[in-house]
Amino acid sequence: MGGHMSAIRLSNLDISYGDTKVVHGVNLDIAEGESFALVGESGSGKSTILRAIAGLAPDWTGGISVLGQARSHGVDRAVARQCQMVFQDPYGSLHPRKTIDATLSEPLAIHGVGNRGKRVEAMLKAVGLDQRFRFRFPHQLSGGQRQRVAIARALMLEPKVLLLDEPTSALDVSVQAEILNLLKRLRREQGLTFLLVTHNLPVVSFLCDRLAVMRHGRVVEVADVDLLRSGQLVEPYSRELLAATEGRAGVIA
Amino acid sequence: MAPMLEVKNLRVSFPTHRGRVEVVKGISFDLGRERLGIVGESGSGKSMTGRAILKLIRKPGLVTADRLAFEGVDILRQSEKQMRSIRGARISMVMQDPKFSLNPVMTVGEQIAEALVTHEKLPRREVNERILTMLEAVRINDPKRVAGLYPHEVSGGMGQRVMIAMMLIPGPELLIADEPTSALDVSVQAQVLDIIDDLVTTKGMGLILISHDLNLVSRYCDRILVMNSGTVVEECAAGELDSARHPYTRGLLAAMPTIDESRDELPVLDRSQWAGT
Amino acid sequence: MATRDWLLDDSPSSRWQANAGRAYRVFTALLRNPLSVVGGVIIIVLILTAILAPWLAPYSATGQDLANRLAPPSSLHWMGTDELGRDIFSRVIWGSQITLTIVLLVALISAPLGLLVGAVSGYFGGWTDRLLMGFTDIFLSMPKLILALAFVAALGPGINNAIIAIAITSWPAYARIARAETLTIRNAEFIAAVRLQGASPLRVIVQHVLPLCTSSMIIRVTLDMAGVILTAAGLGFIGLGAQPPLPEWGAMISRGRTFILDQWWVATMPGFAIIIVSLGFCFLGDGLRDVLDPKSEGK
Repeated sequence: MGGHMSAIRLSNLDISYGDTKVVHGVNLDIAEGESFALVGESGSGKSTILRAIAGLAPDWTGGISVLGQARSHGVDRAVARQCQMVFQDPYGSLHPRKTIDATLSEPLAIHGVGNRGKRVEAMLKAVGLDQRFRFRFPHQLSGGQRQRVAIARALMLEPKVLLLDEPTSALDVSVQAEILNLLKRLRREQGLTFLLVTHNLPVVSFLCDRLAVMRHGRVVEVADVDLLRSGQLVEPYSRELLAATEGRAGVIA
Repeated sequence: MAPMLEVKNLRVSFPTHRGRVEVVKGISFDLGRERLGIVGESGSGKSMTGRAILKLIRKPGLVTADRLAFEGVDILRQSEKQMRSIRGARISMVMQDPKFSLNPVMTVGEQIAEALVTHEKLPRREVNERILTMLEAVRINDPKRVAGLYPHEVSGGMGQRVMIAMMLIPGPELLIADEPTSALDVSVQAQVLDIIDDLVTTKGMGLILISHDLNLVSRYCDRILVMNSGTVVEECAAGELDSARHPYTRGLLAAMPTIDESRDELPVLDRSQWAGT
Repeated sequence: MATRDWLLDDSPSSRWQANAGRAYRVFTALLRNPLSVVGGVIIIVLILTAILAPWLAPYSATGQDLANRLAPPSSLHWMGTDELGRDIFSRVIWGSQITLTIVLLVALISAPLGLLVGAVSGYFGGWTDRLLMGFTDIFLSMPKLILALAFVAALGPGINNAIIAIAITSWPAYARIARAETLTIRNAEFIAAVRLQGASPLRVIVQHVLPLCTSSMIIRVTLDMAGVILTAAGLGFIGLGAQPPLPEWGAMISRGRTFILDQWWVATMPGFAIIIVSLGFCFLGDGLRDVLDPKSEGK
């Protein structure tokens, strides 16, 4: 191994849902502090990889290690403190009957961390939510505000690695910009490693350092984001994706 | 010549426990045989506008307008029965997610056939022929096989093409497409929109494309209305979106990351400037 | 109104205020439905009657007055007297205590039991699910009253055994509902999120799944209460529930059966009580469904 530790290392990873194998032999090494993107279309297996790393898709073979520690198949309390996830749908990822305060205190209660009130207050501030949101229920919040709460919840245990599953695809363009800015700032401030799953290449260009293009459960290409920006991806499928995106953006850009 | 669709001072409101709230606050536009894009974020009233034109807003929602006419027919005065002969036959609507718009227990072919024969009595053989031609028109390679499939057996992009086939087979004059591709993958989006575009242009229909995506609308439309909290804040030709003047439109354009992004931070909208809420 | 503003505050300042505000919104929504108000009033009257029975009842529930047997309703005996000269009005009032006890105990035993079995079954799935649901299905496959009868026959007649028997026969329905609810909640992202935080299955079930099952459970239990009252009355009627001289409404009807043609009031008055209270629970349950049902919420 080199000088720096890898935040997430996948070796020869196969993932199945029931009898169907959806991810085939994936090898990836994501350095600590890096922001890495998995891109591809629906059914490419990118979200499945994220769920396996989190422990929500336990049916895999091969190796997954988080911050140098090989991870078990199920949900793991030790991994929970190092690696958290933000989900796509801000409407489905918050418990409808719990106040924001209760949602944010829950991870602290599970791990027996004290001084919860102060920590919740500080975290709300960090994600740019006013204190008056603290005792509201999710239905009293807009989509963007909910996503801020979901990000806050993921950060309550002060993890080093954040798994982001299409965190802005359910949001409006202007709200997306706010959340992307927030994620970028939090990463800088807290030295986080990001693994972002998305189909939106411009978001990758804004938020990430490297990307892997996936198709049919395999990694097609791993490249630096600079190559994406300058349109120099090599594999035909990557170029196809790029063309589809550029075709749409071309008129304005 | 009078425009195909005239909308003057259209208002849609819903009662809440704090009184009636208007979600569309008096918008006006005319539509000829052209492609009009309505862009806006969630809650801007863009979908309600589309539904109001088809009189699809249920009670307790209330639609009023100084004029809402399609080919000279006052839509607000039509009875529900008269509307049924307009919907589908003369104005069609494609919704966001094909999964919820297709009947899961009927084959694709049967559903398209139903869309056709409710408006036109035709012999069986001709119906079948029309279905196959229509499926070919939406670029389905193997129309015979696809016509016999059930909705769960087709992919999202295929499902949306089936929806389009269903909506276009009675030969309507106006197609309203409400976020027709937001449930689809990027590469499929382009295909589906190309199909819509192609059919609309060759048949000389009118199109209202409702979307949250400025890029997409600017590519597939001639004219764009930008909506924000129930009002039209900007109206311009699609090619001139770059020189949009309203701060909201400019803000939206700037807030989108680009493929060659170099900004360290994306500019965000200062909502207090226009938004009433 | 300061309290009202405090309750409806958009930005509550404590968890307690937020929950009180939610409860208040449910309450006001309930008040807007006339039928549920009627139901609620009936239930409140039942509860008050049960508590205040010693002061409300003009006569003793068991005191016999053989000179006054089978007297028709009059200003002295509002509902008449029965075959032993006991005042039926007083007996109906005292009987409300028994009815309320049955309803409360059955709800307290069967709902949590059903909830827990269903939630565990739905959350874990697999063998746990098959085992627990197989067990539940055995109970469900037999008619409730017959099953209750069998239990009472085995345990011996009496009001306590009747309660136990009814509770044993009602939990399987709740287990089914709780399981169905849990299956839809189980794969929700907010459950995945707490699991990722390292919460134990017990914590996930008790703190996150059950709170979402409770509203449909409350609705169902309220609606079922009418059935429970009827089952209890049925057991009383065939002599397997409350034993004489306890003024249980079902048992009272049973006694009045002999005189139904000539002295109609003996069987009819407790019958009215049963009908009114059952209706009360049904109305309230319907109202609660409109307000609490998670499927209609947020629209």
